[in-house]
Amino acid sequence: MSAEIITLGHGSGTGLTRKLILEIFQPLFAMPSLEDAAQVGERTIITTDSYVVKPLFFPGSDIGELAVNGTVNDLAMKGARPAFLMISMIIEEGLPMATLKKIAGSIASAARKADVKVVAGDTKVVEKGRGDGIYITSSGIGYLPCDLELSTRLIRKGDMILINGTIGDHAIAVINARNDFGLTPAPQSDCAPLHEIVSNLLPDKDIHFLRDATRGGIAAIMNEVYAETGLGIILEEERIPVRREIEAVCEMLGLDPLYLANEGKMTVFCQNNDEHILRKMRKHPLGRAAAIIGEVTDSVKGVYLRTLMGGLRPCPMIESDPLPRIC
Amino acid sequence: MDSRSYRDPALMSALTTCLQDWEKPVSIMEVCGSHTMAIGRWGIRKLLPSSIRLLSGPGCPVCVTPMSMIDQLAGLKDVTIATFGDLIRVPGERISLEKARAQGLDVQIIYSPLEALKIARKRKTILAGIGFETTIPGIAQTVLEAERQGISDFYVYPAFKLIPPALKALLKINNSIDGFILPGHVSVIIGARAYRFLPRDFGRGGVITGFEPVDIMLAISRLLKQLKNGDCKIENEYSRVVNERGNNKAQDIIYKVFQPERALWRGLGWLENSGLGFKPAYERFDARLVFSLPPLEDYIKSGCRCPDVLRGVIIPSECPLFGSNCNPAHPLGSCMVSSEGSCAAYFKYERNSNEC
Repeated sequence: MSAEIITLGHGSGTGLTRKLILEIFQPLFAMPSLEDAAQVGERTIITTDSYVVKPLFFPGSDIGELAVNGTVNDLAMKGARPAFLMISMIIEEGLPMATLKKIAGSIASAARKADVKVVAGDTKVVEKGRGDGIYITSSGIGYLPCDLELSTRLIRKGDMILINGTIGDHAIAVINARNDFGLTPAPQSDCAPLHEIVSNLLPDKDIHFLRDATRGGIAAIMNEVYAETGLGIILEEERIPVRREIEAVCEMLGLDPLYLANEGKMTVFCQNNDEHILRKMRKHPLGRAAAIIGEVTDSVKGVYLRTLMGGLRPCPMIESDPLPRIC
Repeated sequence: MDSRSYRDPALMSALTTCLQDWEKPVSIMEVCGSHTMAIGRWGIRKLLPSSIRLLSGPGCPVCVTPMSMIDQLAGLKDVTIATFGDLIRVPGERISLEKARAQGLDVQIIYSPLEALKIARKRKTILAGIGFETTIPGIAQTVLEAERQGISDFYVYPAFKLIPPALKALLKINNSIDGFILPGHVSVIIGARAYRFLPRDFGRGGVITGFEPVDIMLAISRLLKQLKNGDCKIENEYSRVVNERGNNKAQDIIYKVFQPERALWRGLGWLENSGLGFKPAYERFDARLVFSLPPLEDYIKSGCRCPDVLRGVIIPSECPLFGSNCNPAHPLGSCMVSSEGSCAAYFKYERNSNEC
């Protein structure tokens, strides 16, 4: 047995990542929570995220836009209005200047759209072969418009789970671009800033928790909620929006859309009284295909999917990135 | 039938109702790993009466590959290993390719064998040649393409397996299987006639079927009908893509490049003519020769009951290590990590609760 080492799975945002945080970072840093954004002082939220996507440009988006929207969304999920970004770049020697300009241009345009200002940053260059063109870290600051708490602690039995649209688009867009499958039309990433749709929804005391469904997909969110609350979750396969073409690619490759990354999708956990939150979501362009996809319940332990056939199938936390299969 | 009808809940419910009064205990083996996954995914086991037992067979290519192949590949230097994703977390005796990659071995996950050829244009590349009749034609075509393009640094480690010899070997070891759900994709290539030996030599019937829930339920009900009437035969429920003779073109490509050879199956041992190796004219692509790799050995970690799972003697949850000492994060056998593996399917879909 070889000594334990870091593998790519530790950065997959799934079980292995959670284990790293729980076993190494949280105790050493004495962190109060495992979340990717934190409230510091009155009404101020900070977050940080690194972007290592390959290829740098793919249908629907690129690493620059991703670096802005990903961080904007982490702030928005806490209910904050994103205000400032700091962008650090680690650039590999040999990157064409035109590529850097294009990425910087996309950062600028995404920042304008998300109404945030890039106010500071850092630039490092590493030797050829020591980076994949460019890695970007973006840190953000946002402000809560009023006293607002969104937390898994507020989730109750009977809460509805909503999503603002189709899942799996980003992951399949990147897989298609990376492997040159030549799917036409090429699947597009759903990369988008969610701060506006969130601010249309908030404040609302019925909304308990928001989370953007990035790496690990909606399955990872549901399992984290289960781990933190002990409450079970049942998702309804019939109601989860997935584009036909994305579903087809997933079946071909043996991937499950529930576990795939999105960059413009969020799940909303809210009290189930009427459907006013769903209606509000559908009014925003990024929420046209919004749907109620499941419920928080104490009738099961764990996360389950009610399949089209009516059976319940477990959707456990997976340990690492999903892998495509042989046949 | 529209392809969506194969998921029609009303049709499923009608088929389910018809099966409920089956009383005599029967064991049906789904040979193919993709069927195992589909059965789990659609919760089909729970729809069947307890008299019908579904067993997983040896049809997961990664699971029947001896683990020593991983150690051999992981031990190579100055070469790129191109592999389908399934293989990357499979434990060897010493190391997995994922861990070898973390220690510096260049391991590339590919979706199509032609991608390995692209890599081989730049550097010496070995394609891990794992798979059944479904996967082999694409790899054979890639070898022909390498020859045509004059790419000299492309090699294949042939660890291919053929389904019919495995079924014969299996029935000699395990006599308790009453009928087979036969692979869909493999049958597209080899045709329905490849299974004639099952009724003729072993008195067992089989139904070739697809991967949708209605496909699987139809296959089960047809097998039960065969058993009830004492009339075992090969039926083709998947006639929308499988025919009697198979895909001749694909078969021609396979046998242009490869020829049958003795192969080592994890859990089943050495079986004559159950694998494919290079024909002499293509031997220069054979990674085993070029890199002087020794014959594979089979070893099973202590307590691991993968062999019994692969032979359909037990279901995964009957292995004492299942879910405790052996789980997807720390697999002892490849059945727990391959995306077609029966232990992985049970772990993912069939445990009572998923607290982990």
